[in-house]
Formats: sequence, C-alpha cells, structure tokens
Amino acid sequence: MNYNWNWSIFWEVGPDGVHTYWATLMQGLYWTLGVSVLAWCLALLVGLAVGVSSTSSIGWLEKLCAGYVELFRNVPLLVQMFLWYFVVPEVLPFGWGAAIKAMDPTWCAFWTAVICLGLFTSSRIAVQVRAGIHSLPAGQPMAGTALGLTRAQVYRYVLLPQTARVIMPPLTSEALNLIKNSSIAFTIGLMEITGAARSMQEFTFQIFESFAAATVLYLVVNAVVVVLMRCVEKRLRVPGFMGSAR
Amino acid sequence: MHGFDFEIIFRTAPYLFKVGLLFTVKLTVLSTIGAVILGTLLAMMRLSSRKALSAVAGGYVNLLRALPLILIIFWFYFLVPYIVGWLTQAGRPIAVGGFTSALITFTLFEAAYFCEIMRAGIQSIPQGQLGAGYALGLNYRQVMRYIVLPQAFRKMTPILLTQMIVVFQDTSLVYVLSLTDFLGAANNVAQRDGRLVEMFVFAALVYFLISYAASRSVKVLERRMAIVR
Repeated sequence: MNYNWNWSIFWEVGPDGVHTYWATLMQGLYWTLGVSVLAWCLALLVGLAVGVSSTSSIGWLEKLCAGYVELFRNVPLLVQMFLWYFVVPEVLPFGWGAAIKAMDPTWCAFWTAVICLGLFTSSRIAVQVRAGIHSLPAGQPMAGTALGLTRAQVYRYVLLPQTARVIMPPLTSEALNLIKNSSIAFTIGLMEITGAARSMQEFTFQIFESFAAATVLYLVVNAVVVVLMRCVEKRLRVPGFMGSAR
Repeated sequence: MHGFDFEIIFRTAPYLFKVGLLFTVKLTVLSTIGAVILGTLLAMMRLSSRKALSAVAGGYVNLLRALPLILIIFWFYFLVPYIVGWLTQAGRPIAVGGFTSALITFTLFEAAYFCEIMRAGIQSIPQGQLGAGYALGLNYRQVMRYIVLPQAFRKMTPILLTQMIVVFQDTSLVYVLSLTDFLGAANNVAQRDGRLVEMFVFAALVYFLISYAASRSVKVLERRMAIVR
C-alpha cells in the first residue's frame, strides 16, 4: 500500500515551534492522568456517599439515590460533557457563569472534564458500593447493633471495610473505564492523549504513527493501573475472608 | 440567557428525528446485529481448544476493550479505506462513506464486548449437555447450533439488550467524525442558531427517555423470562 511510514516524525518540532510531537503526546498523557486521578477522587467520595445512602432504609433518600444513578446512566457521556461545558455556565446564577467563561480555556475544559467524569463514574461506583454492602450477610449489621454500635459505627467498622474488599475487582474496571472515558474530554478541547494524537495526525498526515503512539500510551497506563490495583488488593487482603480466597 | 426557547425545538424536530435519530437507530440496530454475530464467533474461538484460535480472539478482545472508543473510531475511519483499497487491489485508499465507516467501527468494537457476554453465556451451559450431544453423534457445529447457542442466547438476552442500550449511547461519539446522528443534528442546529442550551438539554432529555424506557423494558422482560425458566 502506498502509505509513507515515517517513525522519526515524533522527534520533529510541532506546530507550536517549541515542542516535538513526542513531547506533545507526553503532555497529552499528563492531561489524561490529571483528569483521571482528580475525577477518580471525586467519584470515590460521591460514589461512596450515594452508595451508602442508598442502603440507608430511608425511603426518600433511597429514591433520590436511585434517581441520581438513573440520571447519569441513561444520558450518553458525550451529551453530559456538552451539558457541563455549554449549558451549565449559561444557567448558573450570580455571574458564576461569566466567571467560568473568563477562565483560561484549557483549565476550563480540564475542570469541566473532572466534574463530568467524576460524577458519571460516581454513579457507577455507587451501584458497586450498594451491591457490595448488600452482598454481606444480614447478620453482620445485626451483630454490630447487638454489640451496641451506633448506625454510623456499624458502617464504619463492620460494613465498609468488608465492602471495600468485595468491590475491589469492579473498582479496577471502573478505573480503567474512567481513563478510557477521559478521551471524551477531547471534544471540549482538552488535548489529552487522543486529542494530542488527533492534532498530530492533522498536522503531519502520519495517521497510523500518531494513533499507534496513542494506543501504546493507553495500553501502558492500563497495565500500570491493573498492577497498582492488584497491589492494593493484596495489601488489603484479610486471610480467611471470602473475597480473598485465591 | 434570553429564556428557554421551546419554539426552536418544535421547528427543528422533523430534522432532529427524521435525519438524526434515524441515523442513530439504524447505526445502533445494524451494528448490534453485526456485533452479536461476530461476538458469538469470537466467543466460540476464545473457548476453542486450539491454542492459536483462542489466543487470536483473546488478543483482539483484550486490545479493543483496553482502548477508548473515540480512538478506535479514528483508527478505523482512516484504516478502513486502506483495507478496502488493499482488498479490491485498487492500489490506493478507497473512500467509504461516513455511515459505512461508523458501522464497521461499531460492529468490530462492540463485538469485543458482546464476545465476553456470549462467552459467559456459553460457559453457563453445563458440560454434561455437550457430552450428551456428542454421545448422540452430533458434531461440534450441531452441538453449538442445536444445544448450546439457543440456550446461551436465551440466558443472555437481558444482558445483550442492556449492552444494546450502551451501543445506542455510544453511537453519539460519531460526533467526532462530524456525522449527523441525533446529537450531531442537535449540535448543527445549536451552532447555527446559537441555541446551545435548548438543543443540548433537549438531546439529553430524548436520550434519557429512550434509554430509561428501554432499560425498564429489559427489566420487565428479565422478570418474565425468569418465571418461564
């Protein structure tokens, strides 16, 4: 096929006149990691809160949590990204919208992506947390209550430490999903890995080299996350506990 | 902010639904059908006792599942013309339409996910049934065709339909190729008339209603099938 391979393209200086294409891809990697790590923290916090609330046996609170999950699950992530980026600044009160629009565009896209991906992932983590708590034997909270623990203590000392271990494997795949989903931030102008590869392809016409580099970067990040999560899983393992039989 | 303009939604509804949503639904249905067929073949390959077959299928599935869909869309958008050119011996890349390119991409990408679902379905059939089939003198094809796959499909129907809803939502990503799916159509109007708020809120609402109704129906179906079994 008449495609001109040129792998040395990565060392050529890109359109900004300063960075090589390789350096631009590396910046893309940092954006991807930055968005993913911050969104992951947000997702864990909110997901834990929503997941715990949805097992609270308080009718209206459980309904609210179910609604939260359905809301994020049934709208495509790209549409959510557009809502956060284009619509939310328009409808915010007190001139907050104007303040957001006055931000540096790259950082504006960055924080929008963190919030959008964080809340989207939180709805998925909430489902896992809820399922994890429900997977524990009903005798556990009863025993905790019988020992005189308060509701909060039952969650803090009995339910959540076990749930954390049960949901480790699904959390790993959610973390991988989050990294993959962060590529959607490219549509609002964040030059993360996919965006950097796409702009490199547009400037150089070296289609396959650009996307091959992005592919390798994603595979490396994936592998690192899998190894990290396995380490965490191993550190947390309790001998004899059902989740650790392997 | 000049107040929410409902009128523009009514005015552009025929375009949004007849052009946009039709594209989305066509892409969803056709690529799901293709992906289920390809995914089932991949699942059978993955479970094959021939090491080479299962390694190829496993590698394909794991690779595609590790990469973001947007990147895959770009890959195939540029790769498919080269492959078509190579297959037809044309000696140069042959342009395929945006819809065809999207259809090929989604079929190949979602096949990796449907493969994992079908693999679970096939593995859920007790080994004894396969043994019984072979004992009756059926060959591999017949065992799969008459014993394993009908049961696997039946068992996995709710999960297959749920994955189809995911495909429906994923198709919005053809936005990056500037194709006119439902979101693309809404985006076109939004950019032309400067009505971003109305169009994106309306698009979100339509996606939500369709996905929510569909996932509810799947739940009902799941309950009914559970009683039959």
